[in-house]
Amino acid sequence: MDQFIFFLNKVMVPGLVTGSVYALGAIGVTLIFGILRFAHFAHGDMMTMGSYFAWVMATALAAMGIVLPIPLGFVVLPVSMALTAVVALGLDWAFYAPLRRRGAKPVTLLIASIGVTLMIQGLVRLIFGSSTRDFFVGNEEKVIYRIDLSALGGTRPLVISQPQIMMWIVTAIVVLALHYFLTRSRLGKGMRAMADNPDLAQVSGINTQLVVVVTWIIAGALACLAGTMLALDVNLRPDLAFNIILPIFAAAIVGGLGNTYGAIAGGMLIGFAEALAVFNWTAVLRPFETYLPNGWTFPNTLSLVPPEYKLTVAFVILVITLLNRPTGIFKGAST
Amino acid sequence: MPILEVKNVVGGYGGVPILNGVNISIEQSDIGVIVGPNGAGKSTTLKAIFGLLKVTSGNVLFEGREIANALPDKLVPMGLSFVPQEKNVFTSLTVEENLEMGGFIRRDDISGTLNEIYDMFPVLKEKRRQQAGELSGGQRQMVAMGRALMSKPRLLMLDEPSAGLSPRYVLEIFEHIVAVNKAGVAILMVEQNARQALAFASRGFVLAQGQNRFTGTGPELIADPEVAKSFLGG
Repeated sequence: MDQFIFFLNKVMVPGLVTGSVYALGAIGVTLIFGILRFAHFAHGDMMTMGSYFAWVMATALAAMGIVLPIPLGFVVLPVSMALTAVVALGLDWAFYAPLRRRGAKPVTLLIASIGVTLMIQGLVRLIFGSSTRDFFVGNEEKVIYRIDLSALGGTRPLVISQPQIMMWIVTAIVVLALHYFLTRSRLGKGMRAMADNPDLAQVSGINTQLVVVVTWIIAGALACLAGTMLALDVNLRPDLAFNIILPIFAAAIVGGLGNTYGAIAGGMLIGFAEALAVFNWTAVLRPFETYLPNGWTFPNTLSLVPPEYKLTVAFVILVITLLNRPTGIFKGAST
Repeated sequence: MPILEVKNVVGGYGGVPILNGVNISIEQSDIGVIVGPNGAGKSTTLKAIFGLLKVTSGNVLFEGREIANALPDKLVPMGLSFVPQEKNVFTSLTVEENLEMGGFIRRDDISGTLNEIYDMFPVLKEKRRQQAGELSGGQRQMVAMGRALMSKPRLLMLDEPSAGLSPRYVLEIFEHIVAVNKAGVAILMVEQNARQALAFASRGFVLAQGQNRFTGTGPELIADPEVAKSFLGG
């Protein structure tokens, strides 16, 4: 039983956490690709930027002596998400829209977004410094639940932090809301139509400008959400999300570029695969040591991939998926 | 007053113009058919009317108003609608969602028009929850026409509606086009099946090298020995 709890603590919990962050990031990447047809490389830094907005607001609230039963980082989310959405629109207006008007190729927009990446990272370091920040300031403590599983025959508790639980709830709500938006609302269907066939969307009289605006609002808000949740789970650093932009792209591609549900599935798949790959199997296999030939033991660490090579997992999955299904698990755009 | 008047239109994608003075005039009750050899500028004419390529000189008048170089999001609310030849359905959307997208610009209740489309194409009602990409070529063409009719246009333009369809469906699509016209929608279409389409055309336009070569009613053009010899394959 303890082995199972160990497995839950080391694979299921972190897998779901990383998966949620990847999924929310990948939704933004895939929406932007679907509507604007370019790989938005600066998406990770929009996540970082959004989490700094949340951090500033949470710190301000904490300085005012406000303490609430849930982390302040979550309380300020609606405001920081709105702010990030506005900044995302500003970025589009300042950098991407002028290029689109000149009929720039997707690769030009990609390179512009790398420029935006460097710019945001520079600004974040300039304003906030390069040190690591903690979301839990002042009197606030990260609440950690240790769920006693002795009733099931375990001696160790299941360890889940409050931000993790809230993250799962918020992710589930957001994914459901997005689903209803895309399948029930006129504008959501218009977004899917434009991702499917931009020329026909234009011919149908769909307001493509409005769709672009809505895309940036959703992508910006979700980026802030994903970044903040990641920062609440670990720490806030200027390179917080830049480090995971590649797995996020892998998630979007594995799921099928342009396909929102694919992005969610891809994010979860890669999140869990990473957790599984670095999981130390020795702890689980220890009880079976008696069955080994005399004198044989399991090595102290027995994982598929050493933790420092975790990033490779995403690419192995990406390569395998693309070899078998070139347009992703769910059928996505091929270009 | 003609619903659509194209006067001496010159235009193209930049560089050498493809259209060198096209003239088209159709009334509300007309079915206009544009025929001509490959590269004559037939599809280009429709695209120029619909603002999809640049008109460098000449006039395009819709109900007397100048619409040259106006974009589709302005034209659709005015009462124009266009069915492109290829990629004319949203393959990943359901049939019903495709039709809803045709009515995107409408803020009123579209369910009445939706039911009219389903009455016209009963097969689409059956398949309304299926993705349009799963349908056969003929059914897709129905979705495409239905989509274009959802905005309640007064002028419907179709680019080769019979392309790639089996003879049975060609006839069916033509019958639907005539029915739509009887319901009060002016039609302007480009056709490869020239003889068949001209037979029911009240206005026929033979284009060659981006210019009008012959104009008349459909039956007149079919009867004209020169048209028959040069453009209808004898």
